[in-house]
This record gives sequence, C-alpha cells and structure tokens, in this order.
Amino acid sequence: MDCVVTGGNVKVLAKAIHSLSRIGDELYLEPQEDGLTLRTVNSSRSAYACFLFAPLFFSRYVNPEGHGFRCKMAIKSVQAVFRSLATLEKTVEKCHIELDADRNRLTFTLHCKHGLLKTHNLSFQDSESLQALFDKDSSTNVLKAQPRVLADTVLNFPPSLDEVTVTVSDERVWFRNHVDQEAEPSKAMLTELCLSSDEFDHFEVRARSSVTFCLKELRGLLVFAESTGLPVSMYFDKPGSPVVLSVTDSVLDGNFVLATLSDESGVQTSDRAGTPAPPADDFMNDELESYLIAMDTSMAAGPSVPAPPAPLAPGRVGSPTATPDPWSPAHSEPGEDLTEEEEEPGRPPNKKFRSLFFGSVYPPGSPLGGHTPSSQKVLASDSEEDG
Amino acid sequence: MKFRSKIIDIGCLNHFTRVVTTISKLTKTCVLRLTPDNLYFVLSGKVANGGVGMWCELSQAKFFDEFQLEGVSAEANEICLELAPDNLSRALKTAHNAKTVKIKLTKKHCPCLTIAAELPTMSSTSRVVTHDIPVDVIPKRLWNDFKEPSMPDFDVSIYMPPLKIMKNVVDRMKNLSNFLVIEANMNGEMNLKIETDLVSVTTHFRDLGNPPWAGGDGSQAGANSQRDPETMVQARVDVRKLQQFLMGQQFNPSKAMCNIVQNTIIHLILLYEDVSLQYFIPAVA
Repeated sequence: MDCVVTGGNVKVLAKAIHSLSRIGDELYLEPQEDGLTLRTVNSSRSAYACFLFAPLFFSRYVNPEGHGFRCKMAIKSVQAVFRSLATLEKTVEKCHIELDADRNRLTFTLHCKHGLLKTHNLSFQDSESLQALFDKDSSTNVLKAQPRVLADTVLNFPPSLDEVTVTVSDERVWFRNHVDQEAEPSKAMLTELCLSSDEFDHFEVRARSSVTFCLKELRGLLVFAESTGLPVSMYFDKPGSPVVLSVTDSVLDGNFVLATLSDESGVQTSDRAGTPAPPADDFMNDELESYLIAMDTSMAAGPSVPAPPAPLAPGRVGSPTATPDPWSPAHSEPGEDLTEEEEEPGRPPNKKFRSLFFGSVYPPGSPLGGHTPSSQKVLASDSEEDG
Repeated sequence: MKFRSKIIDIGCLNHFTRVVTTISKLTKTCVLRLTPDNLYFVLSGKVANGGVGMWCELSQAKFFDEFQLEGVSAEANEICLELAPDNLSRALKTAHNAKTVKIKLTKKHCPCLTIAAELPTMSSTSRVVTHDIPVDVIPKRLWNDFKEPSMPDFDVSIYMPPLKIMKNVVDRMKNLSNFLVIEANMNGEMNLKIETDLVSVTTHFRDLGNPPWAGGDGSQAGANSQRDPETMVQARVDVRKLQQFLMGQQFNPSKAMCNIVQNTIIHLILLYEDVSLQYFIPAVA
C-alpha cells in the first residue's frame, strides 16, 4: 500500500481519524481497489464507524498487495501522527502512507514546509475484516441537515449526557435527553428541543418513530462534519434498529452506525454494556476474543455467513416484523437458530445486540470484500455460499 | 399556586444567567423564594451546610418583562421552591441568544420549573428548547427557615480588597492550611493569616476604607466609635468555604463589604446594580 494525501485533504483525513477515535480504540485499515477504508468499533460493539476515501481523494493511490492487506492499530498512535490540527493545516504539505512489508510497519511521513520530514513508523496487527451490515436505502425515515443545525442542537445538552432520544412526526423533530429508568426519575432535568422540518435539507418521515442512541458518538461525527461543512444524513427506523449517520461527498463516504435502545420490555440493549453486573462484561470480552480468534483462523475456510436474513424471518420469536431486515437479530430471543448463534453458543441475549453489525470475514477473493460508496447492500445468503 | 414569567431583553437575560451561575457555584441546592416584587435565592445556615448561609435578592422588575405570581394563599402570596441552581444555570446558558425566555412553574412527572426559550434560526419557524427542572415545593410551615437573615451585631465593617486579588491569595493559602484568620479594623486595614507548625503567612491590605453605617443602629455606631480604630477584630474560618465564595464570583460588584463578629461569624455583602448577595461563614474555634 502506498498513497499520498496532499494539501487540505490531510486535515480531512486527520479529522476523520479524530472522530473515529471518539468511537473505538482500534483503527482497522484496509486499502482496497475502491479506496482506503478506516473503520472502528466500540468495545461493546454497539457503535461502528467507517470512512471510505476514494482513490481520487489521494494524489497517489497504489495498492500493490491487492486485497490481501488488512491491519489494525491503536488509534491513539495514529492520532499522534496527526496531533495538532492547527499546525497541520499550516505546515503540512503532504502525507505519505506506505506499508513497509519487510519490517511490518506502516510508515506515515509528513512532508512539511521548509523541507522538514516527520516520519512515524507504526506497528500494526493483522486483523480480520471489520464490516457492518446495514442498508441505508431501506430506512423508513431520512433526515438531512447542515452540520451547524445539529451542532447547535447538541449544544443544548450537557456534555455528560449519555443518550438522546430523537422523535419524528410529519412536520417536526424532537431531541430529548434520555433518562435512564433505573435512576431516580424525579431528580433529573429534562431538556427537549423541537425543530421544524424546514430546518432540514431533506426531511422524509414515512412513519412516526422515536429512537434513542448515544450522544457521544453523534458528537464524534459532528466534529468531522462541521470542519468539512458536509451535511449529515440520518437514517433510522424503529427502536432497536440501528441509526445510520452519514456524510458523503464525491471522494469520501463516512458512516456511523449506532445501536438504538430497543423498547421491548426486558431487553435493555443500550450501549452501556447492558448487563448490570460487571463480571458479565469480562465474560463478554472473553467471548469476543474467542469469536475474533475463531474468525481469524477460519479465514481460509470461509465461515458460513452470519445473519442471512431471509431464512430467519419465519423462525423469529418476538420480532415485530417479518421482513428480512439485516438487523433483526437484535430482536431475537436466545436459542434462535441463527448462524452466529452456532458459532457462539450460550451467549446471553444482550450480547446479540452488539454482534448485530458483524459481518463475516470475507476471504480475500470474495467479491464482497469491500463496499462501494454508492450502496450498502444487505448480503443475501445465497451469494455467500462460495465464501 | 401559579407562576409565569418572561424575559425578552438579552441584557437582562445574560445578567440573570450570571447571577444564577454565581449561586450555582456557591451551593448545590438552595431555596428559591418568589414574591410579587422579588426573587430570593436562600441557603439557610444550618449545620448540614457547614453553617454557611446565603441570601441573594433580586428585584424582579429589573429582569422580567412579565411576572405573574399567585402564591400559596392570598395572605401568603409567595412560592418557595427547593432546586439545584446548577440546572437552572445550564438551562439559561443554552438560551443565551434566545428571542424570549419563559420561566414557569409546571407539573410534569413532578413539580418543575420549566424554562422555555425560543431560539432564532435561519428559517422562518423558530426552535423551541424546553428544560424541565424538578423542584420541591416547600410547605408554608417551613418558611421560617428561609427568611431574611438579620444583620449580625458586627464589631468591624470594612470594604473588601478587589475580589480577584483576594481569591489569588486565598487559593495559595489553601494549600498550606485548612483554616484562615480574617482580621480587620476600623482603619481600613485587613489581614489574612494562616498559621501552621511549620509556617505562618500573613497578607496585609491597607487603605480599604470602612463603610459608614451611620444612621443605622445607634448602639452599633456607638460601640464602634468607642472602640480604638486600630484594634483588630478577627474570626477563624474554614479556608475552603471562603475560597468557594470567591471562586464563584462571575462579575465585579459595585460594592463589597465584610463584617466581622469577633470569633463568631463573617458576613460578606456584595452589592451589584440590581442584585444583592450576602454570605455568612461561621467562625471555628
């Protein structure tokens, strides 16, 4: 992998990395034919973010290793390369990212003014492909607004607020702070902001709905959107289905997929590591590790694709809809006959929520190894058989 | 019980926000007394607060364009609420550029003080942000705890040095000791002293001036004039309480005075244009 980012795009790349750092601790880097993808996921797997930079974003984009190269690294190390954004803008002329296969390092070289070269050699780990399955185009509700509108909205809430509830009707949107039912309901201050549809560039509400998701992750995307001036689109359906926030332009595509609180009684699927008892978290991490290891080692064999939606529809218990939508596993009760379930038996229900996004490891030759900016299609099971 | 009010002027709104922010830095909860003419933020000097007392008085007409109050009863035409001033401060801050701000008493899941602000937007319709701050209504039988504190029979009254300078001095002293002695005399001199086993530090302020409490309590004036103006009167207080008071100040008062009752209490009085703030710090042995 060998690519060069010049001029103002260096700052855009830096901002993207900073906003990814608000979600997760590890950056998954994958250069493909259609561009460079940077992805991350949070520890409870309830928030996923991905930026795809098309080859045109770069002044040079060469990928000699083909599909083979995928890595992950600590996001803090990459942030350190792009540390001071103000000086980046003023002094960095270009940034060269190159894979040094011999020494297993990814080299970031910043070419600055006056001939100064700053070279960072970052070590990385090989990783499986991190990919979430989601389909924006089939969302019931779509809102699109200038980043300033959303930033101003978010300002009304305290920085410490965890979750925000967004409710839409035909003409209006309400943003409310979500108060955890377990906490003392009478002591919390409630804040609500009402925006009318004409503040949005695009306002399409096909069904009234109310979704609750983590505000911190939205703020992460807003940081990026505000600095690039790109409008933010929000795609969502019903509680429990993830909300997708995205920014797009001709050379880049950013998507933040956030889990939402399901309002089914008993299924507390908030991203605050849902289970009440700390030991369950450790348990969850252990399971996750073994899941990832299983994925890694089975790369060559190509595991059966998790979440083929169609076969699940009839068998699901408690799901409000029978339509084959990709994130319906969240509604399933344990013991459902899901492919994922087979790989990880005995997982308690709340964990299913976090694994909702996780697509399979696509072996290198798979045509579905990447995703294009134009569409994020749900993968139907049949096409995966060769995987 | 009914309360509705509206602020339209941005200057008044910002001024009110600053007062509330100052209060929020002084205490976590306090009582808001609403009467037809005034608003009071009160902290009664009970042992639970460490004996610190606060009384802040605002004239409603200087801030609100509309102010309608129907108190508990005709004879007791006021409302007493316990709330967290920090919530109120945060809510007001989000409305800092609002076209109008309405504050009213409502009943949602519990009694609330609702702040509704209409924010300007680029489009034709405005944005409305609503904050519901939960409050506790204080029953009439407890109102006695929250009446205006009487001015203590002070031994010395002196104007304070610039609060910023005082704050800097007290901040440094806090690192050395938990207790600080404030002493002053009727000759415009004030000292802040700390004393530990290893070190003692004194900061001297001179030419501060003494407020003329003439025409007030005759006996007080008499007692003061008999006392030698050079005599220092002192009180030893918890330095953190003094620091908290100084840290909270958001803007400069037109007058700042300190009354000391020997070894009993410190009474700090800050006067702003439309607001007066009194703060009582008990002395420790």
